[in-house]
Amino acid sequence: MNDLSVHFEGVSKIYPHFTLDDLSLELPTGTIMGLIGANGAGKSTTIRILMGLVHQDQGLVQVLGREMPREQAAAKLDIGFVSEDMRLYGPATLAWHMSFVQSIYPQWDQAYSEMLLRRFDLKPQQKIKGLSHGQRVKAALLLALARRPRLLVLDEPTTGLDPVARQEVLGELMAVLADEDRTILFSSHNTLDVEQISDQITFIDRGRIIASDNKEMFLERWRRLRLVLSPEGDLPSLPGVVEVGGSERLPVLVTNRFDPAMVSVCNDAGATVQAVDPMTLEEIFVANVHSRREKQTV
Amino acid sequence: MHSDLVISQTDGRPMYLQIMDQIRQRIAVGDWEQGKEIPSIRQLAVTLRVSVITVKRAYMELERDGIIVTQQGKGSIVAPDPELGSKLYDQELAKHIDRVAQLGELLGLTPKEVASRVREATDRLTTDRLTKDRLTKEYS
Repeated sequence: MNDLSVHFEGVSKIYPHFTLDDLSLELPTGTIMGLIGANGAGKSTTIRILMGLVHQDQGLVQVLGREMPREQAAAKLDIGFVSEDMRLYGPATLAWHMSFVQSIYPQWDQAYSEMLLRRFDLKPQQKIKGLSHGQRVKAALLLALARRPRLLVLDEPTTGLDPVARQEVLGELMAVLADEDRTILFSSHNTLDVEQISDQITFIDRGRIIASDNKEMFLERWRRLRLVLSPEGDLPSLPGVVEVGGSERLPVLVTNRFDPAMVSVCNDAGATVQAVDPMTLEEIFVANVHSRREKQTV
Repeated sequence: MHSDLVISQTDGRPMYLQIMDQIRQRIAVGDWEQGKEIPSIRQLAVTLRVSVITVKRAYMELERDGIIVTQQGKGSIVAPDPELGSKLYDQELAKHIDRVAQLGELLGLTPKEVASRVREATDRLTTDRLTKDRLTKEYS
């Protein structure tokens, strides 16, 4: 069995006003990856290429060991896909959709689908057009989950959900991961969701991957250091500094290669370390984007 | 039910530290008994709705502290007594020492040379720890 559920290598796609540039990505089976990016960063294009809905101009895309887009029909039997622009049929009921999906996918799990109806508080006899946004998202997710796909691909699954629905959805995603052969890739601009449930995190900006690592590494290595310099003191040079702010005497540094030894390096150089702050994923993402964009414009 | 741990979003500490603290407490008050099985990493991740990698990190650190014992493919238990943790480490050590002896022979080292290499490694560990202690003192 393949250890990677998703494998991108040197994938490019050129549009008149947007380029997805040399994307490489690895998603190990049994893990959950959050794809974080601003609007228009390339998250949806990446997901569409993964699904074979858009064909890359260059590069290798393998999903569940199948080459995309060539073997997409076979791959899709095992992929559950939910995106914002996916429409269910308005005049039909949820029950109708359930039996429709069941007729196509032999792996449909009826008992699981009924449990999901209860957990998501959905009524099968209700027509889609009468559902709220949150109910539609949950309905689409139910239709994908009950097929028990090996790979779930979710484009902004929690956008526009109320707090209760959000927790229901996140809980159900984690429940999928109880089975170590299943894998989830989801995109979001809600870093809180990603921080909570992701194992792997990939930041994407302006069509490029700017960082991809496991979550604990991100949280461990990024720190904000608040220093106090003596009047004649210089800013010590530290590894991985991506941002320098604050004032001359009270500089604030952001580093992506923090090591506790830095504190003594600073002290030896005559700069007192006032505080070492851990950063949230949101702060890490924003600092990352800013530093990359600055480098691009230089 | 096994796990009634709570992860707080407003607690400034990383999630893995929160998990570690609460497991330590559960064990200290006897909710999780010595020698008994505890939830697997995946189970706990699912109930807490946090990523597997976060729970894995907490378990690894707890194991390093000798609080729990994880056996490959068998899940984790609360260390039954202070002794068992060290017994398991002793078995592990014996395995590695055998391997060291084999590799030494392969390289044509004398037993004395092998011993001095082991000595160098333990010395290195001591100096590393001393610098780390000094740093954490300065850091806190």
